Formats: sequence, structure tokens, C-alpha cells
Amino acid sequence: MKTFGISRDILGGREVELEMNGNSVGDLRKTLSSQFPKLDKLNSLFIAVNQEYAADDKTILVSDEIALIPPVSGG
Amino acid sequence: MIEITDQPIDVQNIIATASKKEAGAVNTFIGTVRNSTSGNKVTRLEYEAYEPMAISEIQKIMDQASEQWKLTCYGVSHRVGVLMPGEIAVVVAVSTPHRKDSFAACQFIIDTLKQTVPIWKREFFENGDEWVSAHP
Repeated sequence: MKTFGISRDILGGREVELEMNGNSVGDLRKTLSSQFPKLDKLNSLFIAVNQEYAADDKTILVSDEIALIPPVSGG
Repeated sequence: MIEITDQPIDVQNIIATASKKEAGAVNTFIGTVRNSTSGNKVTRLEYEAYEPMAISEIQKIMDQASEQWKLTCYGVSHRVGVLMPGEIAVVVAVSTPHRKDSFAACQFIIDTLKQTVPIWKREFFENGDEWVSAHP
């Protein structure tokens, strides 16, 4: 998955591969939370699937482009 | 026109893309790098974007604004990379038939951009750095 902003610092790379249990965005959240507890301290963390904000019940396919979206601060 | 660029933003060019004879008003917001945050001197900023998603999220905002305020046309440019205090980080220019709509649309666009578009800002101070808004 792609990482940006502070999530890149926490995961330690621009592109990170993870083994996860389950196949939904919510499952990915649980995996991230257990492996990288610092993510829980952020103001927010969204997950984008194929460049769209995704809800927790969204199913993830191997071919999907996944990105971590920590609190945005453009402008 | 919507762009993410690592080059200095050409404000006149963005205004030109938002100008048309059908419009009676062109409203431009220019966001610049402030030299301090909470009393700490800012030495530089670094912006990064998830570029394709940033473009599509800005497009959603512009589609909504176009519908709500009947925009004649618009130009939006956001800079990425290293910026120094005083430099321009973002330009939003919109045109509408009447002036009031141009103010309302411009404000909506920059406010929403700051909330939904995947762009991140890292502030560098004399004694450290911080991803803006990351933590409570």
C-alpha cells in the first residue's frame, strides 16, 4: 500500500506490504492498529481504495491500489 | 483547470484560466506560507500530495461548486515540494456572473480543499519539525 505524510514515517516506507487477516478495509485497520499502534494516536486515518475514500465494509482485492490517508493539511 | 505542481504557481495564468466574457466577477484566493506557527519561527514547509486522488478530490469540489454557484469557469493550483515563508502554496480562482456567488464559491472551495484533499504539510522550525494537524 502507499503511505503519505506521517503514516509514511510510522510505517517506514513509501510502499509497504502487509499480511492481513480478512479482506475488508476494516480488517486492514485492525492489522495496522496492532502492528503500528502509533497510527491510533493520529487525529484521523482514512484508507483509500483505488483513489477513493473507502468505508470499513469495503472489500479489498489484491489488484486494488490501497493508500493510507492521515489527517490532510493542504492549503 | 486543476493542477498539482512542483513549480512556482503563475497566479496570472490561473486567473486567466478563470476569466471569461460571460463572467461579471473573478474571485481569487492566494494561500501563502506564514513565517510562524504558535510563536515558533517557520524556516520552511514541505508539501506532498497523493496526486491522482488529490486531482479527483479537487474535481469533486469544483463540480459541486459549479452546480451550486453556476461557475463560469475556474482554475485551481496547489504547489508541492519545499516552500519558503512568503511563497504561494495554493491559488483558487473562480468566475461567476455575479460578485456575491464568486466570494461564496471561493470560500467553499478553499475550506473544503483543506478538509478532503489528500495533501500534507510538514512544518520545519529552528528546533524540529511536525506534520500539521496529525495529532490532537
